[in-house]
Amino acid sequence: MPVNAYFDDYEGVVKDRVENFHGNQLVYVNWDKHLLFSAPFTLMVPPEMTFTDFVHEVMDGAFNPHPEWKKVDWQAVQWLRDGQSFEPQWDHTLASQGIGHKCFLRFQTPELTGIFNAGV
Amino acid sequence: MSAKKLNLKDKYRLLTRDLDWEFSYADRKEAFPYEEFEGIKITDWSKWEDPFRLTMDAYWKYQSEKEKKLYAIFDAFGQHNGHLNLSDPRYVNAIKLFLTGITPLEYQAYQGFSHLGRQYGGVGARVACQMQSIDELRHVQTQIHAISQYNKFFDGFKEWTHMQDKVWYLSVPKSFFNDARSAGPFEFLIAISFSFEYVLTNLVFVPFMSGAAYNGDMATVTFGFSAQSDEARHMTLGLEVIKFLLEQHEDNLPIVQKWIDKWFWRGCRLLSIVAMMMDYMLPNKVMSWQEAWEVYFEQAGGALFKDLARYGIKMPKYAELVSKEKEHVSHQTWWTFYTYGQAAGFHTWTPTDEELDWLSEKYPNTFDKYYRPRYEYAKQLEKEGKRFYNGTLPMLCNTCQIPLLFTDMDDPGLTSHTCHHHDGDQYHFCSEGCKEIFIEEPEKYVQSWLPVHQIYQGNCGGPGLEEVLTEYYRMTMGEDNLDMKGSPDEQRWKKWKGVA
Repeated sequence: MPVNAYFDDYEGVVKDRVENFHGNQLVYVNWDKHLLFSAPFTLMVPPEMTFTDFVHEVMDGAFNPHPEWKKVDWQAVQWLRDGQSFEPQWDHTLASQGIGHKCFLRFQTPELTGIFNAGV
Repeated sequence: MSAKKLNLKDKYRLLTRDLDWEFSYADRKEAFPYEEFEGIKITDWSKWEDPFRLTMDAYWKYQSEKEKKLYAIFDAFGQHNGHLNLSDPRYVNAIKLFLTGITPLEYQAYQGFSHLGRQYGGVGARVACQMQSIDELRHVQTQIHAISQYNKFFDGFKEWTHMQDKVWYLSVPKSFFNDARSAGPFEFLIAISFSFEYVLTNLVFVPFMSGAAYNGDMATVTFGFSAQSDEARHMTLGLEVIKFLLEQHEDNLPIVQKWIDKWFWRGCRLLSIVAMMMDYMLPNKVMSWQEAWEVYFEQAGGALFKDLARYGIKMPKYAELVSKEKEHVSHQTWWTFYTYGQAAGFHTWTPTDEELDWLSEKYPNTFDKYYRPRYEYAKQLEKEGKRFYNGTLPMLCNTCQIPLLFTDMDDPGLTSHTCHHHDGDQYHFCSEGCKEIFIEEPEKYVQSWLPVHQIYQGNCGGPGLEEVLTEYYRMTMGEDNLDMKGSPDEQRWKKWKGVA
C-alpha cells in the first residue's frame, strides 16, 4: 500500500525533485569520525562542477574550521559513494561519475584521528 | 415527588451516551467517513469503557477552580518579580524551547482531538476526545500566560508563533504532529494518546516541571500542577483505546503494533530535545536523561508492556536500541545546537567545569570517551576568542527531520545513516526506524518540508544565511541567538543582581 489514504490513488508531490533546485543538485558529505561537525553537510552545486572544484572550493568552505582539514592527504583518502567504495576522477564532472542529486559521499582519513585523538 | 438530584450514573448516561441517536434516514458511514480506511475493525462501540466518568458540567467546574488558582499565582509572580528567583538566566532558554517547540503542539493536539471528537462513531469516545481537545486548548493558553511573564524580561520569546512554521529545528516537533494529524483517527489516537501521552509523557512532564521547581521557575511549576490532572485523564484515555481496539477484533492487533512501533520511535527522536534540556540546559539538575529513561521507560514502560502481552502486544520494536542511545543522545543534540548556535532562537553555551564533571560521573561509559573532548575543545576556542559556529547546513533525516547527529551504536564514533530509493529519487535517514516509517508510506514522506532543502530552493528568503535568520525566521542577531556569554539576557541579569 503506497499510503494509508482516505482517497484512492493518493499521490504525494515530491518536494525535493532536482528540478526545484534551479539547475543545481544536492550532494551530502560526511568526514567520518570528525564530529566537530555534528552531522554530515548538505551542499548545493551544479552537476557540471569538477570533482577538484567540489573538494577544494565547496567542501573547503564547509570543512576548513577543522584543524586537520589542511593535513588531509587526498591521495590516501578513502571515499564512499552511496555506501560503495569509490575512486573519484578529479578532473571529471560530478555528473559524469555518478554523483547525482542527493548522492551521499563519505570520506575517511584513518591517519587523522581527530581533535585530541577523540574522533572530533 | 420527583427525585431531587440525578445520581452520578444517570447523569453520566444522559450527558454522554444519551447524546447519540440512531440514524433513520441517513447513512451512518457517511456521517463517520473516516472510520474504516485504516483497516481497523470496530464491531461494537458500546463496549467502549469511558476512562473518566466525567460530564461536561463537572468538567467546567473543576477546570474553572484550577484556573482561578493558577491565575492568582501568575499575578503574584508578576507583582513580585518572580523572574529574579530563577537559579540562573541560562535556565530561561529551556523555557524558550518549550514555548516555541512544545506549546504549538498543544494547539495541534487541540485540533486533532476536535476532529476525533466529531469523527468517531462511538459517542463515549467522541465525548472523551472533545474534553481532551478543550484541555489542550487550555494548556496552550495557560502556557502562553505562564511564559509571557518571561517575555517582559528576556529575549527569544517574541516571535514564537511565526517561528513554529519556519525555523529548521521546529520542523521536528511540527512535522511529528502533522504526521499524526494527517493519519486516520485511530492512528492519531495510538500516536498521541497511547505512544506519546501514556508511554512517553512522563519523560516530558517530570523533567520540565521538576526542572522548573529545581530552578526557581514558579510560573511553570504552577502551570504544570494545573495540567497534571488533565494529563492523568489523557493517559487513561491512551490505555483505554489500546484495550478497546484489541478487544474489538483480532485483525486490529498487527495494525496497532505497527503504529506503536512507529510512534514510539518517532517519540524517542522527538525527546532528544528533552534529553539535552535535562543534561545541559538546567543549571540545577534533576536527574540525568539516562536515569529518567531507566525510571520512566525501562521500569514503568516495561511493566506496561508486560501487562499488554496478554493481548499479543510486544515491546516497541526499537526499545533496545533506545536503551543504548540513552547514553549518547543528549550530548549529541546539545553539541548540534551549540555548534549551530547562530541559527538557534535561544542561547547556547559550553558546560562549566563542574557540569562537565557531573556529566562524566553520570555517563561513565560514554562521556569522557566520546563527548568531553569536543566540549573541552570548544571551551579552549572560546578562551582564544574564537567561539565555534558551524556555517554549513546539515543533512536532515527525511522522516524525523533531525540532522543526522546520531551515531551507530555498534561504533558510536561513526555517524548513523541509511537510505532508500523510491520512484527515481534517493531518500536519507538517521536510522532504520525512520527508514521503515518512510517505506510504509512513501507517498506521505516524499512531501517532507525539509528546512535545509527549502532554504536551498530559495523558499526561505536569503540567499545568505543571515537573511534567512533575521528576515525569514525573525531572529534578532545577537539578542535571540548566539552564545549566552555576552548576551543581553546575561547583561541584564547581572545588572538586576548587582554583579559586575
